[in-house]
Amino acid sequence: MADVNLTINGMAISVPAGTSILDAAAAAGVFIPTLCHDRENPGFGACRLCVVEVKGARNLPASCVTEAVGGMVVETGSPAVVEARRTILELLLANHPADCLTCEKNGDCRLQDYAYRYDVREPGFKGEKHDYPVDDTNPYISRDMNKCILCGKCVRTCAAVEGRAVLDFAYRGFNTKVAPAMDVPLAESDCVYCARCVAVCPVGALAYKNLAGRGRAWEIEKKPVTCTFCEAGCTFDLNIKTGRVVGVTAAAPGAGRPLCLKGRLGLELLYTDRPAQPQLKKDGQFVEVSWAEALGLDAVIEKIKALEK
Amino acid sequence: MENVTLTIDGREVTVPKGSTVLEAAQKAGIFIPTLCHDPELSSPGACRICVVEIAGMRNLPASCVTEATSGMVVYTDSSAVIEARKTILELLLANHPEDCLTCAKNGECRLQDYAYYYGVWAGNFAGERHVYPVETDNPFIVRDMNKCIMCGKCIRMCAEVQGNNIVDFAYRGFNTKVAPAMDTSLGRSDCVFCGNCVAVCPVGALTEKAMLGKGRRWEMKKVRTTCPYCGTGCTFDLNVKDGKVVGVTSTDGEVNGRALCVKGRFGYGFIHHPDRLKKPLIRKDGKLVEASWSEAIKLVAEKLGAVKEKHGPDAVAVLSSARCTNEENYLMNKLARAVIGTNNIDHCARL
Amino acid sequence: MTNTIREIADTDFILAAGTNTTESHPIISIQVKKAVRKGAVLAVIDPRKTEVAGLAKYHLRIKSGTDIALFNGLANVIIEEGIWNENFVKERTEEFEAFRETVARYTPERVSEITGVPADVIREVARGYAKAKNSTILYTMGITQHICGTHNVFSIANLAMLTGHIGKPSSGVNPLRGQNNVQGACDMGALPNVFTGYQPVTVEENRVRFAAAWGVKDLPAKPGLTVGEMMDGAGEGRIRGMYIMGENPALSDPDANHVVHALEKLDFLVVQDIFLTETAQLADVVLPAASFAEKDGTFSNTERRVQRVRKAVEPVGDARADWEIICLVAAAMGYPMSYGSPEEIMKEIAAVTPSYCGISYERLEKGGLQWPCPAPGHPGTGFLHAGKFSRGLGRFHPVEHVPPDELPDEEYPLILNTGRRLYHYHTGTMTLRTGALEVAYPEEYLEINCADAGKLGICDGDRVKVSSRRGGVEVAVRVTEMVTPGLVFASFHYPEVAINRLTNPARDPIAKIPEFKVCAVKIEKVS
Repeated sequence: MADVNLTINGMAISVPAGTSILDAAAAAGVFIPTLCHDRENPGFGACRLCVVEVKGARNLPASCVTEAVGGMVVETGSPAVVEARRTILELLLANHPADCLTCEKNGDCRLQDYAYRYDVREPGFKGEKHDYPVDDTNPYISRDMNKCILCGKCVRTCAAVEGRAVLDFAYRGFNTKVAPAMDVPLAESDCVYCARCVAVCPVGALAYKNLAGRGRAWEIEKKPVTCTFCEAGCTFDLNIKTGRVVGVTAAAPGAGRPLCLKGRLGLELLYTDRPAQPQLKKDGQFVEVSWAEALGLDAVIEKIKALEK
Repeated sequence: MENVTLTIDGREVTVPKGSTVLEAAQKAGIFIPTLCHDPELSSPGACRICVVEIAGMRNLPASCVTEATSGMVVYTDSSAVIEARKTILELLLANHPEDCLTCAKNGECRLQDYAYYYGVWAGNFAGERHVYPVETDNPFIVRDMNKCIMCGKCIRMCAEVQGNNIVDFAYRGFNTKVAPAMDTSLGRSDCVFCGNCVAVCPVGALTEKAMLGKGRRWEMKKVRTTCPYCGTGCTFDLNVKDGKVVGVTSTDGEVNGRALCVKGRFGYGFIHHPDRLKKPLIRKDGKLVEASWSEAIKLVAEKLGAVKEKHGPDAVAVLSSARCTNEENYLMNKLARAVIGTNNIDHCARL
Repeated sequence: MTNTIREIADTDFILAAGTNTTESHPIISIQVKKAVRKGAVLAVIDPRKTEVAGLAKYHLRIKSGTDIALFNGLANVIIEEGIWNENFVKERTEEFEAFRETVARYTPERVSEITGVPADVIREVARGYAKAKNSTILYTMGITQHICGTHNVFSIANLAMLTGHIGKPSSGVNPLRGQNNVQGACDMGALPNVFTGYQPVTVEENRVRFAAAWGVKDLPAKPGLTVGEMMDGAGEGRIRGMYIMGENPALSDPDANHVVHALEKLDFLVVQDIFLTETAQLADVVLPAASFAEKDGTFSNTERRVQRVRKAVEPVGDARADWEIICLVAAAMGYPMSYGSPEEIMKEIAAVTPSYCGISYERLEKGGLQWPCPAPGHPGTGFLHAGKFSRGLGRFHPVEHVPPDELPDEEYPLILNTGRRLYHYHTGTMTLRTGALEVAYPEEYLEINCADAGKLGICDGDRVKVSSRRGGVEVAVRVTEMVTPGLVFASFHYPEVAINRLTNPARDPIAKIPEFKVCAVKIEKVS
């Protein structure tokens, strides 16, 4: 493929044609913040945090959806860029709870990272705030839509699995929110709790219910393990705090990797010191079940027992 | 020494007479939160977060100032205890800024730790909040009295360890604040900026100015080392992020404990100063110009060798350094004596 | 130090001589303050009214350079009043009679005349020091930087032996050393007359042992030159090549103009440093060294505690650790030094140095070790001279008062004293580049007493030229009661106020330490 030569922050850079400015900058070791960008599902261009200044361009284009072109002169940290980013962050924070104090994502939150980096201490805008009830109707994932920044990563990763697309944007304007069809709680939806959405959520909107109160992000060491339940070989992370595995979380979803609930629960049973009791939806209600039943091993165990006799 | 045996959360614990209930619990590995307590300082029993339930006692005593006695039956996490702690946290949070988002102490804050531990959210009590200006008029310490929880550790550190008595409680009631005499700023007080108050502050009220914006606490790698200034030999932690020293924080040094002086705590900026020498220099036509290591070393060896050859080894003199390590001084002594062949080696011990 | 820093807190009587403890050793001053809070009596001997003097029950504001007279006077009172430790003197010391004869001439009244300290105060301090259960003497360069520096220290040691306040916890003779590893540099043989662990080069057995350890035929027997003598030698053409590592004599040494001229006369000068110091600017080759944060190693502090220095970041640019550079130079000179790490060097140090024999990186991981640490299992030594002095019996050295080398006269009517400030360090190479310390304390000033300022018509903040027979600098003045009339003070931290252009290179004949604390100067107002 033909290469294009451009200049980023005064550095001459050569990348294959078709590369986005964001990827070109990353290749050159230049940092650009992103919220909605997902390497597995690129090209959304919604959050605008990755804007850069391109010489000759009328406005500040989003680098994740702007192709690098030969001769381009890009500035990623000019005063205009920084001001734009700060304003975006101020707008996001204007409708975001100030509860890092107890938020499960404190220490592993992109919104927080960038607010710190760009020294945005206060929302800067005053206005209405959402006051949605937290959806914890299911045993696995808690959804706090007050913290959602509408980056849509969950929507896109969910849709990437054939036949899922449980989530999408609902309503309009200020009332826009991410929701299952008919805006029902997750428990009443077709969700299978694979937690792909949790894995990509950049803020505290989606969290693992069983990890609530189990430790702060900086106290937890993550150790990757590969699931052996099926041939997909998904990667999960053991969450280790002071030497104990406190839970298992889905690692980044890859192409064709479902990151299913069965895999996560199975690994929890395998690795966690005190795994939570699994629950299965029966007649639209979650009920506690045995690990064998949750993992679909009942029939197998019956057969083994029969053989033993 | 006489011992006492008591029961804490159903476990028998034996401690020397005179120990506090807190010390007894800690000895048994039982967690009790503390805010104002510090083992190195006197115990005012002020914050009450360490309250426990003791069978037969009328109220919930603060474990940090209650002596463990024989036969005592203590509960550290009964519902009454938890409720009391939660209420204390709610009251503290009622007058505490909600800015963990960008607070320099996020990740290393006791108030945050306990709020998370006990699942306490801000906003359960609504009321007046302080709006003090943040004090930044000195180059070392930022004081944000809006974040102060009145634990008084800074006051006691200054009085009992540093021995300077710069700050104390001023005013009364809701208006109580920690301040230097006449409620002036630290910069205008007699403060010597040892920063030992910063080292004990459990929240974000006192922070190191030069560390602001340099990284979150959980991103910093701490490397324990010895101070490069005077001969006292204080131990501290270099805080490293992305291959750069971004701060100095206290650790428990054998010589100094957590105490440091202004130079040790705040004098690390030279490490990455642009004036640092980065390449060997050789004088050419009267000017020092950059050269490669091999060129520079070759020249040094040749020239020193030539002086030795022509005028004898005693025409060479070596100045070793009280700033360098033992190992380096040893090698310099070896170089002078075994390689060059002279005892002309000294350093600035007398200066 | 004969004792451990933390022992100071348990002392009953502290005699602090010529130490501006709160500024030069802030963390040690914490222990002094702790002792005072616990009821210890503090007596400070200093012509300046320092912060630590403000904490003292007795501030003996002596005339500069009269320390021997004062210490002899204290001994005189202690002997006259029969409060000396007869047992200790009998069992542990020698040459007492000669000492007794000498100090007999230093009656409090006579000493009062020499030093300016009231006779009654001398008596009270003598009694306090002698009678306390534990008495300790702290001193720094206010004692040593005189032409009689060694004798000053003798007079201090005499007092400690006379009262038996040595060889036990919290009692001793404690010089507080000024630089992070000045103790270690001395321990490691960076001195002209000794190998590591103070093993004299003049003893053949030592030379044979070190020659064998280092794989060379023989080692030079004649003690070398001290730093001042090196500079004189360079000026006179006897020294032709010099290798300076991490020092800045162009600012730190007395009569700095002379030092600069001497360094310029060298055939070849190589300077190894982290910054292009005033000295490095004179060099033919400058080698960029790593800072303390960029290398592994050990420092030995003033209480003889060997502690680890740990590498936290990579050296900037192409800079390299000093030990690596020395290895390169040695190899290029035909003597391969192939150490993989400082830990390997420490193994060699332990093998050739009895007092460091038990010290290893493995042990230092668990904490510092105070030498003497003669064996791998030895716990280290907290205080020295328990039961026995290093030489056996402690010897009294009778010493007489001698006036400073240069006293004020009509042309140069004031005494200049030099020292340090809290916010800065040595020649300011590091502290003037921190982004914080130099902001808090941006420039040097000359302390001058109100009476002298009045006479000269100088106000606070005025700029003056202060000069001696050797050179002069311009500096702003601070009118203060910190100094007595006739005395002025400045630090040597600032290149712009290179006060050592003025100082007197006259040296103590034994230790070769320059008399930084006294020289005659005059002051003229500049408009």
